Amino acid sequence: MNTARLDATFAALADPTRRAILARLASGDASVMELAEPFSMSQPAISKHLKVLERAGLISTGSDAQRRPRKLEAKPLEEATQWLEKYREFWEASFLRLDDLLQEMKATAGESRKKVIAKSTPKISGRAAPRTRRSKTSKEKK
Amino acid sequence: MNFAATFKVAMLSDKEIEVSRVFNAPRTLVFDAHTKPELIKRWMFGPPGWSFAVCEVDLRVGGAYRFVWRGPENVEMGMGGIHKEIVVPEKIVNTQKFDQDWTGGEAIGTLLLSEQDGKTTLRNRVLYVSKEARDGALASGMTEGMTFTYNRLEEVLPAFATEGA
Repeated sequence: MNTARLDATFAALADPTRRAILARLASGDASVMELAEPFSMSQPAISKHLKVLERAGLISTGSDAQRRPRKLEAKPLEEATQWLEKYREFWEASFLRLDDLLQEMKATAGESRKKVIAKSTPKISGRAAPRTRRSKTSKEKK
Repeated sequence: MNFAATFKVAMLSDKEIEVSRVFNAPRTLVFDAHTKPELIKRWMFGPPGWSFAVCEVDLRVGGAYRFVWRGPENVEMGMGGIHKEIVVPEKIVNTQKFDQDWTGGEAIGTLLLSEQDGKTTLRNRVLYVSKEARDGALASGMTEGMTFTYNRLEEVLPAFATEGA
């Protein structure tokens, strides 16, 4: 992979108009005029963004000489987003489990507080609180 | 409140990535879940099919941590580093290096926890020390053979907003 090209890719993706253009091109090729319309921008302004995207290799110009349709190029976008996707997937899945674990920790903390207040006879440590499903969580603080 | 919907990934610059999320628990518990191996093992292993083979944390400045995950077909992925800064229960700064030797070396990880009304906002940042390290990280993701679809493009693109800059 090429560092300079990735820099160009990241720089190109940092702009909201350019990201919107890419999202639009993901659903099909479009001419400069068609792209300018939804953004209420002048054609020269859009052309400037298109130049940045083209230099980053994110889009190319089709062969139709009159319409000159712009087309999304998958490869550089793939390089820039793939790792991000994997990172996202790792944390998204992990955080769902963390939600459950935190609720369990909250319940356990509540249980031990109640026990202290009630001054109940000491239980054998290691005996799980009744509501913990998987009782591997250690309750005691070091 | 749908806490899963608070999940966000953003590029803070071309070398720094941030994951953020809100949790329905005080930050002391979120901090414990990030620092006690018996708790870390219960959640920090990504997609189903993965689990911890090694999970060790020496929670002191200068202390090391080491994680090795085992996935489908016994594939192993390991990483580790040294704690640089610890502020209980709000901040951890550490170095991060994966076993696969990426060019450019290690990254700096920062975990930030802030609490409001018993809810915790987590920010987890990774700063690559060089563009080469970032490229290495990107390249490693590609070897996993993830398939790219345009369907998720609109979901992924906002991450490139450099809002933290």
